[in-house]
Order: sequence, then structure tokens, then C-alpha cells
Amino acid sequence: MTRILLLIGSLLLAAPAFALQPPAAQSEFVPAAPGASTEQLPAAPLLIAAYAFVWVAAMGYVWTIGRRLTKVEDDLRSLERKAGKASR
Amino acid sequence: MKRLFAPLVVTVAVLFVAAPYLIAQAPYESTMGLVQKIFYFHVPSWMAMYTAIAVCTISSAVFLFKNNKTADAYAVAAAEVTVLFGLMGLVSGPLWGRKAWGVWWQWDVRLTTALLMELIFIACLLVRKYGGPGSEKLAAATALFGGATAPFVYKSVDIWRTVHPKTSVVPELLKGSMPGSGLPFALSAIGFVLLATLLMMVRVNLAKRQMALDELYLDYEES
Repeated sequence: MTRILLLIGSLLLAAPAFALQPPAAQSEFVPAAPGASTEQLPAAPLLIAAYAFVWVAAMGYVWTIGRRLTKVEDDLRSLERKAGKASR
Repeated sequence: MKRLFAPLVVTVAVLFVAAPYLIAQAPYESTMGLVQKIFYFHVPSWMAMYTAIAVCTISSAVFLFKNNKTADAYAVAAAEVTVLFGLMGLVSGPLWGRKAWGVWWQWDVRLTTALLMELIFIACLLVRKYGGPGSEKLAAATALFGGATAPFVYKSVDIWRTVHPKTSVVPELLKGSMPGSGLPFALSAIGFVLLATLLMMVRVNLAKRQMALDELYLDYEES
């Protein structure tokens, strides 16, 4: 009876060690079924997104420069007008 | 400089129209496939950024020590272009990494230092815009720190173990490691560097006009 209890006890103590073992390593490759989708993440949207971002960023920057330049030119003209009036 | 402007615009336009066709014709890389083609504008965007960093660092040093206003115009223009092309690299990189590494981002030494360098140049622009009187000098000093980090960012992949490819990829490609991909890459790189030059020229013009406006305001206030 004592032996049986010792055996059960040692098995219970060893259980965590067995539970922590990594899964068995893959011993061979299995071919995908014909027609099955193997590509999980398509590359084209990522490529297009990267290219589009480069274009949008460059064009956006050109647009901001144009806007700022227009504002500076307007300010320069209005200040020159004010300075001209003040000197008269 | 003004005489160079129109030919530069035409050259950049031709290169940017031709680049997608040439990139599409380039061979596929064996393990990454289609997504590797992001390389043809990811690496050139960093090359354009390093060009802008060189201009920004030299101009900032000249402005800081010689108080040259033209150098200040070049420094602010180059800092903005640095941030723009850095952003292109920081966005196109994760899009490539998502497919190649399975993750958008890794706190790897190259990626982290590149992000920090971008943040230093953003800080430089923020200091300049919101720092109040005298902030131009502070921004120039910040840009010098940004410029000092650039060589470390570039060599990080050779010094430390990282998931990012090493710097030898580009020279090997140009030597012919992947036949048919050297020319599209070279043309794309030239296109990006010329685009950065063009944007800096336009931005310098804006900075000079802003300086003229500030001087006119001061004259008007005094009179």
C-alpha cells in the first residue's frame, strides 16, 4: 500500500515537469493541399502603401511650401503698401 | 542656383516617372519576393535624408559660429527636408518589416537610433518655431547633435547584432550580387537625392523671403 502511495505521489510531483516539456519537433514538411491559400499576408498592399506614402509626403510638403510662400509674399506686399503710405 | 532649378525639376520628374517601371522590371529577391521592392525607395529616402543632414549640420555650425543668416536659411530648410525623408524611411521600413520579419517594429538598435535621430530633428524644428527670440541658435545647436548621431545610426548595423540588413547590402548590389537590380536602385537613389536638393532650394527661397519680411517689419516699426 505504501509503495502504491509513493508511486502515485512521485507521479503527481513529476507531472509539472512533464507538462513543461516543449512540443515535439517537426520531423518532416507536409505539402499544402492543392489550391490552399499559403500566403497569409499579401505583399502588394504593403508595397503600394509605401510607394503612395512617399508620393503623398513629397507632394504634401511641396503644397505647404507653396502655401507659406504665398502668405509671405502677401504680407510683404501689404507691408510695402503700409510703409509707402506712412512715408508720404 | 536659379539656372539649375528648371533642369533639376525635369530630371527629378523623369526619374520619378521611370522609377516604378524600372523597379517593376527588377528581379525578385529569393526569400522576400515582391515586398523587397520597397528597398528601391526605402534606402534612397535614407540617402536623401543623410544628404539633408550633412547640409543641415554644416549650415548650423556656420550659423552658430559665424552668425551667417544665409547659413541659417539653409539649416532650417535642410532640417525640414531631413524630417520629411526620415519620415518616408520610418514609414516604408515597417511596411517592409511587417512582411519580412512578421512585425511592424522591433526595438532593434538601427530602428531605435533612426527614430531618435528623427525626433532630434523634429525637436530642432519645434525649438525654432516655438522657442521665442534667440531660438535659432538653440535650434542650430540641436541640429549639431542630430548630425553627430547620423554616423552611429548608419554604422549601427555593422557594430551591433540587429535584425536589419547590414550596410554591405547596397555596395554588393551595385557590384552585381542581384543582376538587374543595380540600375533601378542607382536611378532611384539619384532621383531621391535630387528631389531633396530641389526641395531644399525651394525651402531656402521661402526662408530668405521670411527673413526679408522680418527685416521690413523691423524697419517699419522703427520708422
